[in-house]
Amino acid sequence: MVALPPRERSQLRCCGASGCRSAGAGPLLAALRAAAAEGAVEPSATPAQTSGEPGSGLEVRSVGCLRLCGQGPLVAWDGPEGTQLFGGLPPQGAAALVAQARGLAPIPLPAEPALASHRLDLDHPFFRLQRPLVLENCGIVDPERIEDAIAHGGYVQLRRVLEELSPGEVREQVRRSGLRGRGGGGYPTGLKWDTVALQPPGRRYVVCNADEGDPGAFMDRSVLEGDPHRLLEGMAIAAYAVGADHGYLYVRAEYPLAIERLRLALQQARRHGLLGQGIAGSTFNLELEVRVGAGAYVCGEETALLHSIQGQRGTPRSRPPYPAQAGLWGAPTLINNVETLAAVPVILRQGGDWYAAIGREKSRGTKVFSLSGAIRHTGLVEVPMGTSLRTVVETMGGGDPDGGAVKAVQTGGPSGGCIPADLLDTPVDFESLLALGSMMGSGGMVVIGQGTAMPEVARHFMAFSVNESCGKCVPCRAGTVQLLALLDRCVERRATAADLEALEALCAMVKATSLCGLGQAAPNPVLSTLRHFRQDYSMASGAGP
Amino acid sequence: MSVITLRVDGLDVAVPAGSTLLQAIRAAGLAVPTLCHLDGLDAVAACRLCLVEVEGSQRLLPACASEATEGQVIHTATAQLQGYRRMAVELFFAEGNHVCAFCVANGDCELQDVAVAVGMDHSRFPYQYPQRSVDASHPRFSLDHNRCILCTRCVRVCDQIEGAHVWDVAERGSDCRIVAGLDQPWGEVDACTSCGKCIDVCPTGALFAKEDTTAEKHPHPERAQQLRQAREHQQWLR
Repeated sequence: MVALPPRERSQLRCCGASGCRSAGAGPLLAALRAAAAEGAVEPSATPAQTSGEPGSGLEVRSVGCLRLCGQGPLVAWDGPEGTQLFGGLPPQGAAALVAQARGLAPIPLPAEPALASHRLDLDHPFFRLQRPLVLENCGIVDPERIEDAIAHGGYVQLRRVLEELSPGEVREQVRRSGLRGRGGGGYPTGLKWDTVALQPPGRRYVVCNADEGDPGAFMDRSVLEGDPHRLLEGMAIAAYAVGADHGYLYVRAEYPLAIERLRLALQQARRHGLLGQGIAGSTFNLELEVRVGAGAYVCGEETALLHSIQGQRGTPRSRPPYPAQAGLWGAPTLINNVETLAAVPVILRQGGDWYAAIGREKSRGTKVFSLSGAIRHTGLVEVPMGTSLRTVVETMGGGDPDGGAVKAVQTGGPSGGCIPADLLDTPVDFESLLALGSMMGSGGMVVIGQGTAMPEVARHFMAFSVNESCGKCVPCRAGTVQLLALLDRCVERRATAADLEALEALCAMVKATSLCGLGQAAPNPVLSTLRHFRQDYSMASGAGP
Repeated sequence: MSVITLRVDGLDVAVPAGSTLLQAIRAAGLAVPTLCHLDGLDAVAACRLCLVEVEGSQRLLPACASEATEGQVIHTATAQLQGYRRMAVELFFAEGNHVCAFCVANGDCELQDVAVAVGMDHSRFPYQYPQRSVDASHPRFSLDHNRCILCTRCVRVCDQIEGAHVWDVAERGSDCRIVAGLDQPWGEVDACTSCGKCIDVCPTGALFAKEDTTAEKHPHPERAQQLRQAREHQQWLR
């Protein structure tokens, strides 16, 4: 949540997540802290300062994602008037902001034009239409301090579950919530938990898939960097519900800050007795470890991920048996995505039925999306399932930054497809997106402007699949290479009608015969652009409209 | 041992419970093409040639790695499957450098046999002509990467039957290649026992004995299963 209720003592929250860091949050945070500590404020910069005094306890906190990543570095000031958000503030502006935050009187805007020009509108639909559940504490808590997470309700549900609920009762709530896997597949979470829990007695594992690899997807990173304790709590509840006492968090190596914060969070949780032996005074034990990927996209596929954890080559295997039956070292293994597990504490707190009342039909609850591409407001949004694409992209995202019309929205990364602008009223849920030849995917939304030819988009994603194919099965290893060559011809306007036919036939073959989801979905960007933007290909091929 | 019955291309067939679909297909007196599968080695379902249609399932299932279940109705040779198989074989030919005319395995090559079986007389996909090497560092054997189809039979036979684990796969995607030891010249890998099992199970001319020239390789892929039977059931089958 970004906007907080008015408070007497001002505080500043500076985003310390990767996006804002790369935009200069580090120097800004240091400057804010220096200014707050010293109280050495230029008199000329503080015309409004009346009652603030040096060292009057202005707290400057480093927090997780404040959503509008494209305007970073972001700083929120919470004061008696509520919250104000500032974007793109240089370190030189820190003193002015600290001075304003210290002045307990209302800000006489535009007293400090330099500062006012960085102010962002928190009443914009981008913020107003968000429904933060998974991200409810992201941007509020300091991800590096477990005390802060606990002060904001962290681990309350884990303690309650261990004291009051049986594993079966926990699974009942998750079943009732209608939660479905947020990694892209949309498999019912409660059913998966039951499948693991009901296996014959013996060892079980729980695994968090944090190998977020879709281009344009950064939802899970924000949870990992912004509120890691929520994930650990959800994972511990999941482990309790399925009877696991050991688990792994598989994080891609490209997320160094997430890995650092997760490791710190694990240490802190162990020290607080919230992981390890006899958790929170109960008889429940759980050891969690971080495993770092080695740069293979395919390791986000669950069987390849398990191989990787076991120290083997990251290649998928044929299913069944599913990991829920035979996973890590042959034991039943629960694998859930970051966002799925991070939704669990809220579901337990509010009840499965409460959660199921949000969203629509077969897609319940909220979903986090990362908006990027040809869009004014680049960043993270969490909205109820079933919100229309138009609301997300145009109302919240602000549409094309140059004022042009949106041409298409790419969802689901290299496994998904492109949805044309005339279908933007489609509700965002698992079934609706599948029906359009795309998929929910993990939640990346890349907006495509009018200037982009769709064969180029398809080629971009096919090149990704060629690079990331593990090489195990021939349709994906060799088929994607041939698809890429055909797409080259389309982009270069050399394709013939026969090439288009070959393209479609090979797409069908790769989709139907590849071993894992990566190969099966690799043709989707081609098929969906052929379906919705055939004219782009026809122009390319000279085959007529 | 319990028995299950299923229907393969209209023929009812009974097989022991736990059998694979491939075993059921064979029990019915039918065949589907295979390349990566070899009796005696664990299935990897990588070549995708043995995919079959199962009524009631939207996905195609690899016969080598799928357990047969009671009452299943499967189709092994629909027009769609035949089309996919031919494309897969074309992809195999197009991604490597397969020149039968001067290959050691000419006339005794499973890739060649499969091409004939699926009716592939040319590839509709352009040949990639990859730059690949030959490893002739071993005193008795050679590995010609140009002819390798990455079936991983050598990897598996060396690991699962010989127990030496000389072979592995390196890189990914179209850069994948079989490596000896820690990506060393084969002749420098101490773990290699020179047993020749990898030569026997290789479906193409990629792995061969140095004394063999064009069309002189005559492998014995059945030895993997013979050895496994001998070890597990103390029986030597011929």
